[in-house]
Amino acid sequence: MELSEIWFVLISVLFIGFFFLEGFDFGVGMSTRFLARDQKERTVMVNTIGPFWDANEVWLITGAGAIFAAFPNWYATMFSGYYLLMLVVLLGLIGRGVAFEFRRKVEDTRWTNTWDWMIFFGSLLPPFLLGVLFTSMLKGMPIGEDMNMEAGFSDVINIYSIWGGFTITLLCLLHGLTFLSLKTEGEIRQRSAALAKKLVLAVFGSLVVFVGLSSFVTDIFEMRPILELIIVVLIVLAIGLSYYFISNKREGMAFTMTGLGIMLTVSSIFVGLFPRVMVSSLNKAFDLTVYNASSGAYSLKIMTIVAATILPFVLGYTIYSYYVFRKRVSDKEHLTY
Amino acid sequence: MDPVMLARIQFALTTIYHFFFVPLTIGLAFIIALMQTLYVVKKNEIYKKMAKFWGHLFLINFAVGVVTGIIQEFQFGMNWSDYSRFVGDVFGAPLAIEALLAFFMESTFIGLWIFGWDRLPKKVHLASIWLVSIGTMLSGFWILTANSFMQVPVGYEIRNGRAEMVDFLALITNGQLWVEFPHVITGALCTGAFFVAGVSAYNLLKKKHIQFYKKSMNIALIIGLVGSLGTAFSGHAQAQYLVKTQPMKMAAAEGIWEDTPDPAPWSAFAWIDTKNQKNKFELNIPYALSYLSYSKFEGSLKGMKTLQAEYAKKYDRIVGEGTNYIPPVKTTYWSFRLMVGFGMAMILLSMIGLYLWKKGRLLQSSRFLKILVPAISFPFLANTFGWVMTEVGRQPWTVFGLMTTADAVSPNVSSGTILFSIMMYTLIFTILAGVMVYLMVREIKRGPVEHQDVNSAVSIDPFNKAGV
Repeated sequence: MELSEIWFVLISVLFIGFFFLEGFDFGVGMSTRFLARDQKERTVMVNTIGPFWDANEVWLITGAGAIFAAFPNWYATMFSGYYLLMLVVLLGLIGRGVAFEFRRKVEDTRWTNTWDWMIFFGSLLPPFLLGVLFTSMLKGMPIGEDMNMEAGFSDVINIYSIWGGFTITLLCLLHGLTFLSLKTEGEIRQRSAALAKKLVLAVFGSLVVFVGLSSFVTDIFEMRPILELIIVVLIVLAIGLSYYFISNKREGMAFTMTGLGIMLTVSSIFVGLFPRVMVSSLNKAFDLTVYNASSGAYSLKIMTIVAATILPFVLGYTIYSYYVFRKRVSDKEHLTY
Repeated sequence: MDPVMLARIQFALTTIYHFFFVPLTIGLAFIIALMQTLYVVKKNEIYKKMAKFWGHLFLINFAVGVVTGIIQEFQFGMNWSDYSRFVGDVFGAPLAIEALLAFFMESTFIGLWIFGWDRLPKKVHLASIWLVSIGTMLSGFWILTANSFMQVPVGYEIRNGRAEMVDFLALITNGQLWVEFPHVITGALCTGAFFVAGVSAYNLLKKKHIQFYKKSMNIALIIGLVGSLGTAFSGHAQAQYLVKTQPMKMAAAEGIWEDTPDPAPWSAFAWIDTKNQKNKFELNIPYALSYLSYSKFEGSLKGMKTLQAEYAKKYDRIVGEGTNYIPPVKTTYWSFRLMVGFGMAMILLSMIGLYLWKKGRLLQSSRFLKILVPAISFPFLANTFGWVMTEVGRQPWTVFGLMTTADAVSPNVSSGTILFSIMMYTLIFTILAGVMVYLMVREIKRGPVEHQDVNSAVSIDPFNKAGV
C-alpha cells in the first residue's frame, strides 16, 4: 500500500470519527428545540455534551488539516470550490461554539433562549451541509483540467445532495437521542428513547431512498459492488439492532449501534470515492485521485510518523475524559453551561 | 475591486481579529495555571478564587478564539487555493500537526478543567490547566513553523512545479522560527499580564476585594516584566535576523531609501514620500540602527533602492520583469515604531509597578493605577502592529522569494463572493465583540464571588444532599 493510500484511509478514519463523535453532540444540539419542555431541561441536555463537544469538533479540524498536508490539491479544490457552503458551515460552528459558553452568562430567559437558537442552527446546518458536500462530491463536480472547480448552485444543491444531507442529519439526530437516553435521568431519558424509537423508522426509510438514489446517480456500486453491499447490509443491521436495544432499554448498546450506523454510512462514501478524492463530472481524466492530488513521499512519511506517535495519546486522554464524565447528568447538580 | 485585494483584506480582518484572542488565551492560561499551582502548593483558598475568577474571563475569550481560529484553517483553501497547491506539501504538515498535537490536547483538557472542579483529584485538575497552557503554546509553535516558512523558506525543493518538503528538521530548526516563537510567546505573556493588571487596577481604584486584586496584580506585574523584557530581547534578535534574511523588510521598516552611512542612525520619525522615494524630514538617533541590526555601534544597511536592483536581478526571472519589490513603506515603518513604542511602555509600566509594590505604595498611587486600565490595550496594539509589520513588510511575496501574493489567490472565486464573506465576517465579528465586551465587563463588575446558579438553586431537592 502506498503512503498516499494510507493517508486516504487515515483521513476517512478522521471523518468517520468526527461524525461518530460530533454526530451525537450535533444531535443533542438539534433535539434541544423539540425534546426539552423548558429551559431547565435544555440546560441539562446541553450539559451532557459540555465537556466533549469542543474536542469532538477537533476531529473535523484535524481532518481538514490532514487533507491540506497529505492532499494539497484536494484541499485547494474542495475549499475554494465549495466556498459558500464552507462559509455557512463556519458561521454555524462559530455561533454554536460561543453559544455554549455564553448561554447562561446572563440570568435572563431571552438571553439564554437566543443562544439556544444558535446551538440549534449551529447543530443542524453543519451536518446537513457536510452531508451535502460529501454526497455531491460522490456524484461529481465540475472540475476542469486545471483542478479548479467552478460549481453552480445546482451542482451543490440538488435532490441527491439534499437527500444525502438530510440522511446524515437524521442519523446525527438519532445518534444524539440515544446519547441523551444514555446520559440523562427521568423524563428526558424516557422521552429521548421514545423519540429515538420513532425516528429509527424515518432513518431507515431515508437510508433506503439514499441507497436507491446513489445507485442511479453515482458509480459507487459499480466501483465496489461487493464491499458497498456488505456495508449497506451492516448499516441495516446496526440501525435495526438499535431499535431492538432502545426497546429493551439497553441504552449503551443502542448508542453503539446508532454510532455504528453513522460510521458505516460515512465509510460507504469514502469506500465509493477511492481512489478518487474529488470526482469530476466533466471528464474522468480530470478526477482528483490519491495519486495526483497528494503530497510528496517524504512529506507523507513524516506525517505518518507524527500521526502514529501522537494518535495513541489523543485516543488515550479522549477515553479518559469520557470516563471521568461517565455519570448521567441531571439538574440536581451544579450545571456549568 | 480585484479578488487579490479583497482576499488580502479578508485575511487581515480575520487574522487580526483572531489574534486579539490568541495571545490573551496563551497568556491567561499560563497565569491561571500559575495561580492554581499556588493554590495546590500553598493551600490558600484565595488562589483558588483567583484561578476561578480569571478562569471565567479566560473562557469567554477562549470561546471566541477557538471559533475564529477555524476560519483561518479553512481560509487558505477558500481564498488562497493556488498558494495551498504550491506549498501544501510543506505548509500543511505543521497545520495538521498543530491540530493533532495541540488542538486535541487543548480542547479535551479545557473540558476536563471546566467541568472537573469537583470531579477530579486536585493534582489531576491542576495538570489539566497546565496541559491547556502547554497546548496553547504548542499550537503557537506549529502555526509559527508554518509562518516562518513564508518568511524564510527552508527544507524544501521545487519539484513538479511546487514546493515539496525534503527536510522536516530544517523546518522546525528554521532560524526565523526560533526568533519568532519566543517573541510571540513573550508578547502573549504580556497580553495576559496587562489584562490581569488592568482589571486589578480598576478594582483597586474602586477599593473592591483589595486582598484579591493586590495578589493578582503582583503576579501580573512580575509576568508583565518578564514578558515585556523577553519581547524586547527576542525582538532584537529578530531584527538582526531580519537584516540577513529579508533586508527589504528591514529597510522599509526603517524608511531607508539610500544605503546608510556607517555607523547607521536610527530614524525615530520620518516624513516618508513613497512616490519620490525619499524622506522629506527625518529625526535620527545616531548609532542606534547599527546597534539594532548588528549589536555593535558600526555597520551600514542597504537602502530600498539598492535592494530593489538586487532583488530584480535575483527574482525577476521568477515573477517577471518590472516587479516592485518594495512593500508599503509607511505602513511597515509606522507599525514597527508603534509596536516598539507600546512594548517599551509596557517595560516601563511593569518596572514602575514593581517598584511601587516593593515600596508598599501601589494602592496609594491612584495615578499609576489609572494608567494601567487603558494599558490593557497596549499589548493588543503591539501584537497587531507587529504582525502588520511582519506580513505587510513581506509584500509583494506570500512566500519570500518563491511566490507572490498575487499568484496565490484562488482563481475560481469571484470578487463578489469574497466581498460577501467579508461582510458576513464583519457582521458576526462585530456582534461577537459587543457580546464579549459586555460579558467581560459584567464578570469584572461582579468580581470574584461564587456564581449564583439559578437553575440548580431552583432544583434543590431537600431530601438529596448532593443537591445543596
